[in-house]
Amino acid sequence: MRLVLAEDHALLRAGMTQLLESNGFTILHAVEDGPTLTEALRDPAADAAVVDVRLPPTQTDEGLRAAIAARVARPGFPVMVISQYVEHLYARELLASGEGAVGYLLKDRVSDVAEFVDGVRRVAAGATVLDPEVVASIMARRHTQPLDRLTPREREVLALMAEGRGNAAIAAHLVVTDKAVAKHINNIFAKLDLAAAEDDHRRVRAVLAWLRA
Amino acid sequence: MTTTIQAPPPDPGSPPPPSRLRLTAYALAQLVLAVPALAFLILGVVGAATLVVWVGAAILAVSVPATRWIADQHRLMAARVLGIPVPRPYRPVTLGRPVEALLVVLRDPMTWRDLAWSVWASTFGFAVALICLLELLLVVTFPIWWFGIRPKMRARSAVDLWFLAISRTEHLEQRVQVLTETRADLVDHSAAELRRLERDLHDGAQARLVALSMSLGLADQLFAEDPERARRLVSDARATTSAAIGDLRSVVRGIHPPVLADRGLVGAVQALALDMALPVRVDPGLVGRPSAPVESAVYFAVAECLTNVAKHARAERAWVVLSHDGARLRAVVGDDGSGGADPARGSGMLGVRRRLAAFDGTMAVSSPPGGPTLVTLEVPCDLSSPRTTPSSAPA
Repeated sequence: MRLVLAEDHALLRAGMTQLLESNGFTILHAVEDGPTLTEALRDPAADAAVVDVRLPPTQTDEGLRAAIAARVARPGFPVMVISQYVEHLYARELLASGEGAVGYLLKDRVSDVAEFVDGVRRVAAGATVLDPEVVASIMARRHTQPLDRLTPREREVLALMAEGRGNAAIAAHLVVTDKAVAKHINNIFAKLDLAAAEDDHRRVRAVLAWLRA
Repeated sequence: MTTTIQAPPPDPGSPPPPSRLRLTAYALAQLVLAVPALAFLILGVVGAATLVVWVGAAILAVSVPATRWIADQHRLMAARVLGIPVPRPYRPVTLGRPVEALLVVLRDPMTWRDLAWSVWASTFGFAVALICLLELLLVVTFPIWWFGIRPKMRARSAVDLWFLAISRTEHLEQRVQVLTETRADLVDHSAAELRRLERDLHDGAQARLVALSMSLGLADQLFAEDPERARRLVSDARATTSAAIGDLRSVVRGIHPPVLADRGLVGAVQALALDMALPVRVDPGLVGRPSAPVESAVYFAVAECLTNVAKHARAERAWVVLSHDGARLRAVVGDDGSGGADPARGSGMLGVRRRLAAFDGTMAVSSPPGGPTLVTLEVPCDLSSPRTTPSSAPA
């Protein structure tokens, strides 16, 4: 899989290049600022991008804006956004830029190499992967209309879905069987009025419904 | 006939001088207002005299604002007649219990000058206004009115302002006093902030880095003899690193939240609203951005208000309205909670007030029992033009 990588710290850029390449990714472009990132994202050969939010020249949310612009230009283009800090606001903007194929993680999650690489793969496959810190911030909010219908257990399952975990991982985390998880997920779909469609899309829509509450 | 003397080009900012008829209308207004001015003068004197038995306080609570309103009308008229700006000279009463507000009012020399002015306005001033009006109404005196109204109204306005406007020197003296106070507060505040930062770093990230270096040192020693234990230590070290990064992140948020740098006040307040447990509506009525220090002060003020809403108000929803009227940035934080908030209590709000005061900003709290609570923050400042999108900015 060919990736575009944007990270302004030379050390981190080198580290991440090494980390991703040793896990079977090809780094097509490794860039250090906003304008070159915008340029690199135009490359049709790129399959996905890993982008730092804060990039030169403005040192603000340059990377985020470039990532959103790329997803508008190329709907469904998978982007994993990483940052020193996570904002609920930015998570919303990323999710609003198209259905699925988007990730938003704290930079230090990279230290758990296996999980990070798995996250990038999931995003490239169309899933939504959110940092547990964003998920926690959303969980802290008071619940509103459609989500009130979910049981606490179903909310837990939905939160884990938002972190991008598959059924098996959710089952392991909650110490229940895969079948029980599948049942919970079906209940969630039903309660959120998500009609039968491709399973991945329904997962993403369930997460979106929850985020917008 | 064409005029041979070139009139000075009109100042685009100031309106033309009032016409004779308008001046006469002012005289009529002054005549009418002289009656309540006299009434509230008497009330004011009675109120001040009976202050010891508290009845006076109630009387003053009515007479002082009324007198101030009447005086303000005369300030406006005098400003128009003389073509000069006349600022409202009262000391701001923004905070605190009624007793404190009363003390501020009583200590304000302008309160007493208003009373002295009321004596003039209801006697000689009344006479001048009456003469101006009669000269027009009596028809035969029309020429006197035509030539006399301007000098007479100018003279009256000058006397009004002698009572009602503070002189430049007084103004500067007051300014120096305010600046001295706010500077001292600000220095205290920054010193306290630095101490807090030092403590946060010392107890947080610094302590964790020490632990980290110990774990790694130990692992280094153990690699040969007990690789399994060494591996566990390294994995502990990684957890400690994450915790240290988390600590640093929260310290950074406390200094200057990254989202404020990225998105300015509006974006940062929206981000704050999203992180609240209760629904918070943000009305972003700002075009452009204030200067970074003002932005930061207002952001932390709004954050403190919202924290208080979450902690004390038992509110169902809250809202933040941001606006700028050309001279002042205003942020109103409201909630539908139980009210009864006391801004004099709680160090957080005191800190907010001090920080805003450094920019001549004010904080006013309205929180009747039963709610709603409204906190209004105002800071005089300019807005820069809206920022262009970063991707189009030159590198």
